[in-house]
Amino acid sequence: MTTVATVPGDIDNPYALSHLDALESEGVHIFREVAGEFERPVILFSGGKDSIVMLHLALKAFAPAAVPFSLLHVDTGHNFPEVLDYRDRAVERHGLRLHVASVQDFIDRGELRERPDGTRNPLQTVPLLDAIEKNRFDAVFGGGRRDEEKARAKERVFSLRDEFGGWDPRRQRPELWQLYNGRHSPGEHVRVFPLSNWTELDVWQYIAREKIELPAIYYAHRREVFARNGMWLAPGEWGGPKEGEHLETRQVRYRTVGDMSCTGAVDSDADTIEAVITEIAASRLTERGATRADDKMSEAAMEDRKREGYF
Amino acid sequence: MSTTHAVEGDGGPPRSSGAESLGEDAGATSLLRFATAGSVDDGKSTLVGRLLHDSKSVLADQLEAVERASLGRGQETPDLALLTDGLRAEREQGITIDVAYRYFATPRRRFILADTPGHVQYTRNMVTGASTAELAVVLVDARNGVVEQTRRHAAVAALLRVPHVVLAVNKMDLVDYAEPVFAAIAEEFTTYAASLGVPEITAIPISALAGDNVVSASANMDWYGGPTVLEHLETVSVVADPSEDPARFPVQYVIRPQTAEHPDYRGYAGQIASGVLRVGDAVTVLPSGRTSTIEAIDALGQAVDVAWAPQSVTVRLADDIDISRGDLIAPAATSPGTSQDIEATVCHVADRPLTVGQRVLLKHTTRTVKAIVKDIPSRLTLDDLSQHPAPGELVANDIGRVVIRTAEPLALDAYADSRRTGSFLLIDPADGTTLTAGMAGNAFADAAAEAAPAGATDDEGWDF
Repeated sequence: MTTVATVPGDIDNPYALSHLDALESEGVHIFREVAGEFERPVILFSGGKDSIVMLHLALKAFAPAAVPFSLLHVDTGHNFPEVLDYRDRAVERHGLRLHVASVQDFIDRGELRERPDGTRNPLQTVPLLDAIEKNRFDAVFGGGRRDEEKARAKERVFSLRDEFGGWDPRRQRPELWQLYNGRHSPGEHVRVFPLSNWTELDVWQYIAREKIELPAIYYAHRREVFARNGMWLAPGEWGGPKEGEHLETRQVRYRTVGDMSCTGAVDSDADTIEAVITEIAASRLTERGATRADDKMSEAAMEDRKREGYF
Repeated sequence: MSTTHAVEGDGGPPRSSGAESLGEDAGATSLLRFATAGSVDDGKSTLVGRLLHDSKSVLADQLEAVERASLGRGQETPDLALLTDGLRAEREQGITIDVAYRYFATPRRRFILADTPGHVQYTRNMVTGASTAELAVVLVDARNGVVEQTRRHAAVAALLRVPHVVLAVNKMDLVDYAEPVFAAIAEEFTTYAASLGVPEITAIPISALAGDNVVSASANMDWYGGPTVLEHLETVSVVADPSEDPARFPVQYVIRPQTAEHPDYRGYAGQIASGVLRVGDAVTVLPSGRTSTIEAIDALGQAVDVAWAPQSVTVRLADDIDISRGDLIAPAATSPGTSQDIEATVCHVADRPLTVGQRVLLKHTTRTVKAIVKDIPSRLTLDDLSQHPAPGELVANDIGRVVIRTAEPLALDAYADSRRTGSFLLIDPADGTTLTAGMAGNAFADAAAEAAPAGATDDEGWDF
């Protein structure tokens, strides 16, 4: 529902939408376009805040009917237990169907090999594309935002992927007005990013406004962590800490939620949503810069992964 | 230099019951979508970099990455263009090849910037960026004044009907911050853009490099009393009064839960394209022409009496009539006509040409129909707005007039009346390639018909 604009800009205009209302309206429009034009869409759902906001928008877009899509989780095998628990409760509560594509299964079958650095984030692409192919998904919603990373800033809302799931930034369709072109050939699919125009702060403000529940690890808590490559990583069967790395208990929270091997915690006292918003607004680091090891691998790490079929 | 107009409401907000308490939306700001256009050396990257940097939207790790990359190439100072050139090929070639979207915020507004490349061969990218923009910033180099590329940018902004245009006269530091230089450029540009029908033009003298009048007011130009670029972006009113426009509601999706709780619910979901919808309105459904009354409006979880563009809502009608995706719901009194013959100005965006006789798909709002290109009467040269009759085909970045016949009737408005219901895409049915961006009706606003611009080769009827 609309709210009264409280600041100058369009304060004199009763028809002005707040930026959250405008973004919400746009996101819902994108969900409905996909429902209207595709046969087998699926929502990538990791239990992270962006996918949780995506699901919230989908629930609003089709209410009082059910969300006409299933969910797909690419499980690296190195998930935070709190997040898996959240995922399963969300599926249960909304009566959704969940597909799980498991990196561990691929490793066990010898179809993927563990990397020397132990991170499984780049390994997600293979199970993801396998699940897309096996289930014949033709539209795959992702929670990617253009503010996250400079290659993502070039991403379309509707992103055509070839039969290998690949993204070719030089062959993207121009995206004009709100006329999203979802045409694709058999074997191709379209990645859809309803949160393209949201920033990290927008996501948090929206979570606050809509009173959306998140996995508890987004808020400050005491946890055993150890330092690696300038990040606080949580110990686990994924392979940490190694010799010479020491556990200590710190007050931390997570800005992103992903594979435990490459998702770092940040020191924080922000244990409420208001405190989190204040903290983010003042932060001098992007969420990926602060907590994602995989983006630091090279100047074009994200672009290269996206070309291979990653989000 | 600047003309302003205040948009007045119709005497009282159409707020329905149940406005939320302000506390729940603390930090609410409005959203402005704008595009930048500038020639290669006009300093666009510097301007964008300064807006991002001075509004504290460039964070430490991003700056660090740019410094690291710059050092790696042997550059001594950080190359701010690396902030915005996100692709490998762009960094390798040192040019921007594609539209990128950037985000920054001030306490007053959130901004979505379509950062469009200025190269002449990327007209399609400027069109893409301008299609969703409520404001366009056109940069000129104060030393060069209005050049062909400036006229091209103004023409694109006018064609796409971007409501506000800012002329940023850059590099004022290189002309001794001289007022007459600025005044002459602003005068020439304003006359030209106004002749194309650009409704509002604001000219600002700046130095993106030195920071004059970008975020902070310049001490070097006491003679300038207007806003800085950022102040203008923060305060320009971009919400036209939707109650002045006829309502247009393209049906996106039909919601039918068929559950025990909602056995008979049948809602039409969509985003209001223009105007205001009210419960009780008499409406016509196009193209069938059936009529009914709006029984209920659901604004994403809350029943409301009134809703307006661009809200996404669900509408229920009093009568159970056959409506599906692609239909248009409009007030009975102001519903648009339907037609299978469309005349439009288009920008060709694909690498393969558009030819007379070509069979295409036409996507208009939520409706996609078969169509055939009957004629391409003219092609426009944006540099001087001269037109070339019967080009036979349009190639990438061409702008031209086309005549299209559709297999089914469409309820199309003129683009001049509605950017949302007057725009369409032509799509290649073979592989789905987006071929062409279309704007129904006349090319430029009415002012153009009277004032032929200098350099136009055809004085008569050049609203091609």
